Amino acid sequence: MTRYSAFNLLREGLRGHTGWGKAWRSPAPKSSYDAVIVGAGGHGLATAYYLAKNHGLTNVAVLEKGWLGGGNTGRNTTVIRSNYFYPESAALYDLSVRLYENLSRELNYNVMFSQRGMVVTAHSEPDMEMAARQVNAMRLNGVDAEFLDRDQVRKLAPLLNYRADMRFPIHGGVLQPRAGTGRHDAVAWGYARAADALGVDIIQNCEVQDFIFEAGRCVGVHTSKGDIRAAVVGATVAGHSSVIAKMAGCGDLPITSYALQAFVSEPLKPVLDTVVLCPPFGTYVSQSDKGGLVIGGGLDRIPSYGQRGNLPVQETVLAGLVEMMPALASVKLLRHWAGIVDVTPDSSPIIGPSGVEGLYLNCGWGTGGFKAIPAGGYLFAHILATGTHHEISRPFDRNRFVTGHLIDEGAASGIAH
Amino acid sequence: MQIFPCPFCGPRNETEFHFAGELGKVRPATAEKIAAPDWATYLYAQRNEKGLVHEVWMHLTCSELFVMERDSVTMQVLDTRSLREDAQ
Ligand SMILES: Cc1cc2nc3c(=O)[nH]c(=O)nc-3n(C[C@H](O)[C@H](O)[C@H](O)COP(=O)(O)OP(=O)(O)OC[C@H]3O[C@@H](n4cnc5c(N)ncnc54)[C@H](O)[C@@H]3O)c2cc1C
Ligand SMILES: [Zn+2]
Repeated sequence: MTRYSAFNLLREGLRGHTGWGKAWRSPAPKSSYDAVIVGAGGHGLATAYYLAKNHGLTNVAVLEKGWLGGGNTGRNTTVIRSNYFYPESAALYDLSVRLYENLSRELNYNVMFSQRGMVVTAHSEPDMEMAARQVNAMRLNGVDAEFLDRDQVRKLAPLLNYRADMRFPIHGGVLQPRAGTGRHDAVAWGYARAADALGVDIIQNCEVQDFIFEAGRCVGVHTSKGDIRAAVVGATVAGHSSVIAKMAGCGDLPITSYALQAFVSEPLKPVLDTVVLCPPFGTYVSQSDKGGLVIGGGLDRIPSYGQRGNLPVQETVLAGLVEMMPALASVKLLRHWAGIVDVTPDSSPIIGPSGVEGLYLNCGWGTGGFKAIPAGGYLFAHILATGTHHEISRPFDRNRFVTGHLIDEGAASGIAH
Repeated sequence: MQIFPCPFCGPRNETEFHFAGELGKVRPATAEKIAAPDWATYLYAQRNEKGLVHEVWMHLTCSELFVMERDSVTMQVLDTRSLREDAQ
């Protein structure tokens, strides 16, 4: 693997870029591994990387039915933040933001993490009280947060609608300065390249079709490229977690799969240098380095495995955008798509044992797992390597649905979906 | 826009409909003590099937609950029928 550096860029520039080599190999699967990971999204690839790097486990394969990063990791709106309410969530998501802060250097791959801040607006006096509560909770949990009045929001995002006759006039908001955006593909590619360099086999076009059991223990997988045995199997398949759970016979999961849609506009001159979410409209927006507005909104209302958009949600999201920022009304859309996200009742992920020996789950990230890729991989690698929870992952065990210790961020931090 | 057939009103715009839940969930009988895992299954577990699904929907404009059979990948509606007929 050629390292990426200013020197190598200059040298390759002079040689017509002929010496870079492939970013990762495309090996044929071996017949057995110490660990097999199902699904090469960000969480699967990060898990493989940390297994190799933190736990010295390099005889590892990541199996992907399509192409790596082709699931939600390559379809999301790239917002990275840790503005949650409960201490358990703050510990998890802030670990992720901290890992992101050093990720480009660590992976020798520019993931373009841009800490441009994120503003969540408040639109009434009760909203302002909830915003103050949110800021206090975040600060108590050691996460950066600032309470903004209307003028401060205006300074950060002058494009927003400040008319007094607006349906939901802006009163103020919450800013997380360390939040921002990253380059989604680069996160997948960076982890893939770094894991590959440590010896991990990434096998694309390899669908896991069933599990191999011996004495009730999962000891491998049947795939479209043959049987592969494994000392331990981890599934990171997002919207397809229920399908995998059914295959493994580990019971129905507390997960519903929905389409989540996103939109990108034609490139514009810089108009917005922070991420803005307006909860009454459910719409959020940022501007990419290429100039496109990256727009997202609420979940579809209907369980779905159909990885495509539809008109009613498009109308809601874009109507919200136009109310938020009327100046954008005549901007044209370039693309529109959907990913299948795995939503839990408390909007928190499920990490840990599946209920079947030898098989572990990392899923339930729903609409917000891109920001969690470094932490998800870091913690899941710990679980696969040691067979036990990390202190940060323990509260997110599947058994919380039986004990009743839900981490209800859907309600607490008002996740729009 | 997709058109869904309400068994009472006929074909209507999808935005008039609300997904209520998977068909066949039975609330545990509370006359007896219910074990926590059974409550958890009732409250949280979802079949969440890829392909053919059986669900309970409400047509908001007439407030009737009904059963919809559809394909969760293609979104094709295969059948809708009254829940009342089921109960009979
Ligand atoms: C439109 C949209 C916007 C979003 N916006 C944000 C955001 O702004 N911020 C944020 O933090 N999160 C966001 N998310 C959520 C985020 O994208 C996901 O939570 C995250 O990418 C999940 O990563 P993953 O690696 O678990 O799953 P994925 O990236 O979906 O990877 C799972 C992989 O498993 C593979 N797979 C499935 N079944 C099998 C099988 N049987 N055999 C082999 N491989 C299999 C799939 O092909 C896929 O590549 C958004 C999601 C969407 C759809
Ligand atoms: Zn009707």
